[in-house]
Amino acid sequence: MPRSLRIIIAAGALVASAVLVWLAWLQPYLAEEDVLKLGQGEYSLMGTDGQPFTQASLQGAPSVVFFGFTHCPEVCPTTLGDIAVWQEELGDVARDLRIFFVTVDPARDTAELLGDYVGWLPGAIGVTGDEAEIRAAEKAFRIYSRKIPLSDGEYTMDHSALVLLFDENGHFFEPIGYQEDLDRALSKLRRLLG
Amino acid sequence: MKSLMKSAALLLCLGAPAMADDMMAMMQNTTVGPLTLSDGFAHATLPNQPVAGGFLTITNAGEAADTLIAAQSDIAGVMQIHEMAMLDDTMVMRELEGGVVIPAGGAAILKPGSIHLMFMQLKEPLVDGENVTVTVTFEQAGEVALTLPVRKKMHDGHGMSHDGDS
Ligand SMILES: [Cu+2]
Repeated sequence: MPRSLRIIIAAGALVASAVLVWLAWLQPYLAEEDVLKLGQGEYSLMGTDGQPFTQASLQGAPSVVFFGFTHCPEVCPTTLGDIAVWQEELGDVARDLRIFFVTVDPARDTAELLGDYVGWLPGAIGVTGDEAEIRAAEKAFRIYSRKIPLSDGEYTMDHSALVLLFDENGHFFEPIGYQEDLDRALSKLRRLLG
Repeated sequence: MKSLMKSAALLLCLGAPAMADDMMAMMQNTTVGPLTLSDGFAHATLPNQPVAGGFLTITNAGEAADTLIAAQSDIAGVMQIHEMAMLDDTMVMRELEGGVVIPAGGAAILKPGSIHLMFMQLKEPLVDGENVTVTVTFEQAGEVALTLPVRKKMHDGHGMSHDGDS
């Protein structure tokens, strides 16, 4: 399929520069003091539980943070489904685990839409807010997103698909990759929750 | 790779009216010109999810290439042909404005994580166990209607296999 291959390579070239910027953000992962700052920053959003979502929200209980959007055909529904499997497999151990689904598409993802979108997943809270606050949160969590126009007046969002784990003190613990092996994901979660 | 049994179970009845008396006509494919369309399905949606992916395999027994150029469904205000990929933990998705080429004697596989039919502006949810009708258009072979069974995404719980890996 040469034509589609060309297009995906073109897509790669398009995101390459932006991904480089994003990787530059990721570099500080290597420095421990910066790892501890992941999620910390000036952003003020609102959760579908009616509570504000700020850097302080990460404290008090362990959290899973994932950035996505409701117009996502695959990665976001799959990840939410994977999180449901993790919860089933972990049982009571995951009782206190909070799931924050932060939209990268606040223009379309209202709190009302997000509430039902994640409402079926125990402990899940949708997070949205002003565009500028969402971008500030992306920066704090080192999340890349970019709006991609489509025909018919539509658009989609390229976005980082890492699931970020935080401990009860709000400190970044480890990421879980998209579709990471179940046992590896569970062992990370057990270490987080243990 | 899935076992043959599993693959057989996942094959679908792609709307073959002549076989309507046979509810277990799971292996029936749809043909249009030299093209055979098989293994189609669509993913069920989450609440308020206005988009979904549709998937199928197109085999071309002809001596000329053909191109899948469009899709439409009553359930979707817009349908497009997209390709997605993961690049360094980032999900990217692009519209395939030129469509999908099915080479002479070859095949094109639309599958999760790759090229898909994109249902957009969904008027109602796609529900696991139901069917959705889609008309696809090829440059040479023309239009053909398909009935895609809607499936829940399978997640890698212990003892389960993922439907995107076939
Ligand atoms: Cu798509």
